[in-house]
Amino acid sequence: MLDGHDYLTRRVEEFRTQVARRIDGSLTEEEFRPLRLMNGLYLQLHAYMLRVALPYGSLRPDQLRALAEISERWDRGYGHFTTRQNIQFNWPRLVDVPDMLARLAEVGLHAIQTSGNTIRNVTADPFAGAGAGEVADPRPVAELIRLWSTDHPEFQFLPRKFKIAVTGAPEDRAITAANDIGVRIVEKDGERGYRVLAGGGLGRTPFVGQVLRDFLPEADLLPYLEAVLGSYNLAGRRDNKYKARIKITLQEQGLAAFTAEVERRFAALRPSFSGADRQVLAELRTRFAAPGFAARSTATFDEARTADPVFRAWADINLRAHQRADHAIAIISLKPVGGVPGDASAAQMRVVADLAERFGHGDIRAGLDQNLILPHVHRADLPALHAGLREAGLATANAGLGTDIVACPGLDYCSLATARSIPVAQEIARRIEDIAAETGPLNIRISGCINACGHHHLGDIGILGLEKAGAESYQVTLGGRPGTDMAIGRRTGPGFGADEIVPAIDRAVRASLALRLPGETFAETLARTGPDPFVAALYEETSDAV
Amino acid sequence: MAKGFRPGLVSANDLITGAVIYLASDDSWVARPEDADLITDEARAATRLAHIEAQPGRAVGAYIAPAEPGASGPRPAHIREHFRASGPSAPARASWGENHA
Repeated sequence: MLDGHDYLTRRVEEFRTQVARRIDGSLTEEEFRPLRLMNGLYLQLHAYMLRVALPYGSLRPDQLRALAEISERWDRGYGHFTTRQNIQFNWPRLVDVPDMLARLAEVGLHAIQTSGNTIRNVTADPFAGAGAGEVADPRPVAELIRLWSTDHPEFQFLPRKFKIAVTGAPEDRAITAANDIGVRIVEKDGERGYRVLAGGGLGRTPFVGQVLRDFLPEADLLPYLEAVLGSYNLAGRRDNKYKARIKITLQEQGLAAFTAEVERRFAALRPSFSGADRQVLAELRTRFAAPGFAARSTATFDEARTADPVFRAWADINLRAHQRADHAIAIISLKPVGGVPGDASAAQMRVVADLAERFGHGDIRAGLDQNLILPHVHRADLPALHAGLREAGLATANAGLGTDIVACPGLDYCSLATARSIPVAQEIARRIEDIAAETGPLNIRISGCINACGHHHLGDIGILGLEKAGAESYQVTLGGRPGTDMAIGRRTGPGFGADEIVPAIDRAVRASLALRLPGETFAETLARTGPDPFVAALYEETSDAV
Repeated sequence: MAKGFRPGLVSANDLITGAVIYLASDDSWVARPEDADLITDEARAATRLAHIEAQPGRAVGAYIAPAEPGASGPRPAHIREHFRASGPSAPARASWGENHA
């Protein structure tokens, strides 16, 4: 197996040698930089940053405990969960990184292909295997793609980075249309296959992915993906990094021409795939079988929900429908009001690992919204789970509310950022906390630069931090949404200064309460009224927009 | 001073820790911009950078970070440099666990 301990140990020892050669001067930084990036090690504003892949967002308790240990032994006792099912350590020392990677290897984790112009961590629906209405569990497919793409010799030097997401549910929680390739498991005439999208992405030129194949037979997946990657690898622009993603290739060539080339290449490749990939997929499906669910009474859940208003608020807001009526999907918010979105301390990671073992079949997921998830919790165990989370400061009842803000690290950490994200998120959460529950579902996303790691284009309210004349300036977009009918938010007008943005967002959220009809969400109100009343609220007190 | 040149400090990241460092007038690396050598001349900036590039063992990615004179020494003159000098503005972690581990 590619994630086998021997393979990872060889990679770690190779990198250990490279680090030693860099420190003794045998390698220049120019020579060393691509080597460290191949191992997920970035150099940020204040320190190195190690990005570790959490394949399709899945974590075992022993893996989460290892991450906690790593954060304490070699970092500052916490980790930062990202919007692409990775975890980042913000303060490692170069000399310690090989030891960190060795510890990761012991639990089958690594940082390979979390940087560089290669196929990045394959993401998937964080509710995989648990979400009600799912066509099929996407994890075996995601794992098959991970095995195929890891160290794939043809795709280590693509024109630009390449992101693949997989979902098996009609409700697209993997945001497949925002990826270079999106794979949706579908059924047609009783046969299971894939709808394949390509050319989605955010960043400075956001596009919704387009359908390359409406229905791809199951047996054709890997040769088809290889055809898409091969076509892009040849046609993608290498003269301009801002035009190098497949989304630009697709726009420049046109959907019909690009698809025709993919199909030509696919026809040539298909015979070389003899079926071994299908055998692997069949074996993987057994690895991702559903846990042994126990049939028990849910009376304790009903009793606690009636008796304890704090538990009821958490249960009503942070639980999602499971495939079994007597189970639930529990969202563990990493967004305490005023906290750093996505951060978890080592102690909190250990608590989640323990609770997953006690109540969640040892299954933990990292979402794409910087929260953690226990996908399989019996309803009878939810009161005890909530108590354990509450003790650890992890029971904030705000999943999907306005205080559950997605934010990139921004100018507090990131060397690419042009403005801060985290303090804006913290202050907005404080300002709207009193109306967050009343407002209901509200998706606020903040990016600290045009690269859009905070996925601001997909927020009901999106905020993009830029630098303008030496100061932070924040553009606002309205009407974005992730999901099956993904939409890019539209810019409202001039940017706001750092001291203007939080009051402006506060006014817009409060305006929604006055504008809405009974039962409407923020997004529904916006769709009905159009942006004008929200824009009026945003700019009401801005006399000098920047 | 050449047209377009902004005064600044030779700044880089420490090879081992990644920490922000600045070049002082005695060629040592210091942690605070106030203790660094403010360079106002483009030719001297080029000379200092060339000197650093010839000694790649300590610093990574040296460049001229915009700075200006301050009451207690040079201070950053760009928002990015302000945060490089001061560190993250937000408390950097979920604090729970420091007393519960």
